[in-house]
Amino acid sequence: MRRYLVIVAVLAFHSANAQVARVIKFDELESILKSESDDLLVINFWATWCGPCVKELPLFEALTAKNDPALKVFLINLDYADQIDKVNAFIARKKMKSEVLLLDETDYNAWIDRVDTSWAGAIPATLILNAKTGQRKFIAKEMANGELESYIEAVRAGL
Amino acid sequence: MKKLTWSFLLACTAFSFASRSPSYELGDVVSNFSLKNVDGKTVSLADYKTSKGLIVIFDCNTCPYSKAYNDRIIDLDKRYASLGFPVITINANDPEDSPGDSFTQMISLAKKKNYKFPYLVDQTQEVAKSFGATNTPHVFILKNEATNFIVAYIGTIDNNSRDASSVTRKYVEEAVDQLLADKPVSTTKTKAIGCGIKWK
Repeated sequence: MRRYLVIVAVLAFHSANAQVARVIKFDELESILKSESDDLLVINFWATWCGPCVKELPLFEALTAKNDPALKVFLINLDYADQIDKVNAFIARKKMKSEVLLLDETDYNAWIDRVDTSWAGAIPATLILNAKTGQRKFIAKEMANGELESYIEAVRAGL
Repeated sequence: MKKLTWSFLLACTAFSFASRSPSYELGDVVSNFSLKNVDGKTVSLADYKTSKGLIVIFDCNTCPYSKAYNDRIIDLDKRYASLGFPVITINANDPEDSPGDSFTQMISLAKKKNYKFPYLVDQTQEVAKSFGATNTPHVFILKNEATNFIVAYIGTIDNNSRDASSVTRKYVEEAVDQLLADKPVSTTKTKAIGCGIKWK
């Protein structure tokens, strides 16, 4: 019994500290996009090999650190699924706290337009969305300092 | 009043810039361009006036998608150059931003992979901009109609970047096969996740 408790405690400690990427298919991302939640969703598409993506990640991490109950950050990783160890090592090295979902879909034409029809496919790209009201802003470029906040304000204000 | 005139003038300038440089769309005629190849010689679109068309691919050394597609690009040229649709690849990445895409590195890759087709450097990035290329690899199939090169397909190579053996749609091959058979191209536009071109 005691040993069991120790294992539970170790696991709980482990999961609270070590963030790992979860592999998902597009239907799960789509259910996030179509969720009826009141929260503002900030969905960033990135990969470990994408320099500008890596550069802007701290902006999203800072957003996560604010613990805003009405805002949820998802970092959608587009590394190949067989590179998950590399992605998890990256997450551990950067001590990332945001939720990272590795989107395991190779047929991009089957889903790119379902994220945003204006998206040509280059990353980084970010979707700021209020799924309930449908207010959205899609940004297909690296975010400059302060830009993320102003986009979020604009979507919140329904602009 | 003076301020107003200035803002009006500025607005006009902004508008004329925006309207002056649209990128190619399907059906557009591509203007001639000349770029330096890895062998030091200049290659121009006009050099291909006797071919049936061209498979123009904006590509680079470093992007994981370019690496994943490298052998498939070589195969495209092997298969279609003799049928009148050779491949030309163009690297527009700013080497300051991406040193692995420098002209020297381009030469090494072309040698290592024994390229039989041009690998051109778009130093000013003007050709990439005129095509509206955004990613690597980004394919533009051109059809030669009485020495006018017309854009017939824009997009990705196939529907599985990671694993060539799992591909179920070969967009570029389908389009070139249709053009060779004088048929309309059924899928003229696709998208793909890719590394954005590193602009200056």
